[in-house]
Amino acid sequence: MAYIDYYQVLGLKKGATEKDIKSAYRKQARKYHPDLNPNDKEANKKFQEINEANEVLSDAEKRKKYDQYGENWQHADAYEAQQKQSGGSRPSSGYSGGNTEGGYNYESFGGGGDFSDYFQSMFGNMGGGGGRQAKYRGQDFRSELHLNLLDVVESQKQTLTVNGKNIRITIPAGVENGQTIKITGHGGAGSNGGPAGDLLITFVIKDDVKFKRDGYNLHTTVNVDLYTAILGGELIAETLTGKVKVPVKPGTQNGAKVKLKGKGMPVYKKENEFGDLYLSYQIDIPTELTDKQKELFKELQQSSI
Amino acid sequence: MATEDLIEATVFCTYHQVEYSFIASLEEAGLVQLTFINQQYFIPNTQLLQLEKMIRLHQELDINLPGIEAIAHVLQRMEDLQQQNISLINKLRLYEQV
Repeated sequence: MAYIDYYQVLGLKKGATEKDIKSAYRKQARKYHPDLNPNDKEANKKFQEINEANEVLSDAEKRKKYDQYGENWQHADAYEAQQKQSGGSRPSSGYSGGNTEGGYNYESFGGGGDFSDYFQSMFGNMGGGGGRQAKYRGQDFRSELHLNLLDVVESQKQTLTVNGKNIRITIPAGVENGQTIKITGHGGAGSNGGPAGDLLITFVIKDDVKFKRDGYNLHTTVNVDLYTAILGGELIAETLTGKVKVPVKPGTQNGAKVKLKGKGMPVYKKENEFGDLYLSYQIDIPTELTDKQKELFKELQQSSI
Repeated sequence: MATEDLIEATVFCTYHQVEYSFIASLEEAGLVQLTFINQQYFIPNTQLLQLEKMIRLHQELDINLPGIEAIAHVLQRMEDLQQQNISLINKLRLYEQV
């Protein structure tokens, strides 16, 4: 547990006035507030440090204790006990960690996280003293949900366990890899009546072996035998929702593409709207020909010269 | 008939300890849309997240209305760019695999 220089955190010198502290806190908070830095863990961490520093330095009693013991915080309790025994005049109320009225809940603090171990060691779990009733929104929880492409073809419900609580969420069809959805109010609890934070779920969608996704469109490769490619015919192609019969034009070239309209991914939050599926034809050249077949190909070759 | 979840503006203001005039100014600036029914203003459920964010900026960071307007604009642009970034990364992956 390392000593934290709260003055340095706020960019202040030790003799800073109340006004300086307020102004420095506001300046830093505006820079690192979670609402202004969405999805930025570093900024959230910094915001937590700033809040912690402000919590101590803006409270006269806490600041006094911090200034008095500061780097020697480990000996603070021993020193105070000794003071009491020898009839010291320092009041005994305050930082014992008891449940004082109007105390803070340090677990959920403005989108950041817990206060540091250093803070809790110095001021206990319930600040005491100040009596302020600042309301803070609980921290946002972040989670990743790993899915297969086929999992997002249709909207589905899934139960997640977040911090021991089961939450049933709907995974909307067509959600993209890397996309984040917000479940309001399922983050950390707020303090002093502040609102709870949110649960942010980022979807990580694994690449599919068969289908490559490009937005709402899908791409896949299908094999066509040489004879069908030359003479035309039809083939059976796999789509996300089953197999379909596709006509093949005579003289189809290797690498030719056809579009199957509406057979791609569902469009996010738009019912009955789908992207397209693109089939790339790969023509299979026969490798093991019979003598008869070889002869026929030679005949064909000569006739086409 | 489609239904919409609405929250009475006065109830919202009491809960968040904000003056109604603040919400009215946000509406005037086009940052939220209120619904007027039977002589009362209501906040649509879909506007809640955005509105609460603006209230936090105002209360916790002491940002005034023009500041909130500028921030809302920049945040929206940032969100659009992030979305665009995700879709470009996904597209790039598609070509890297080919």
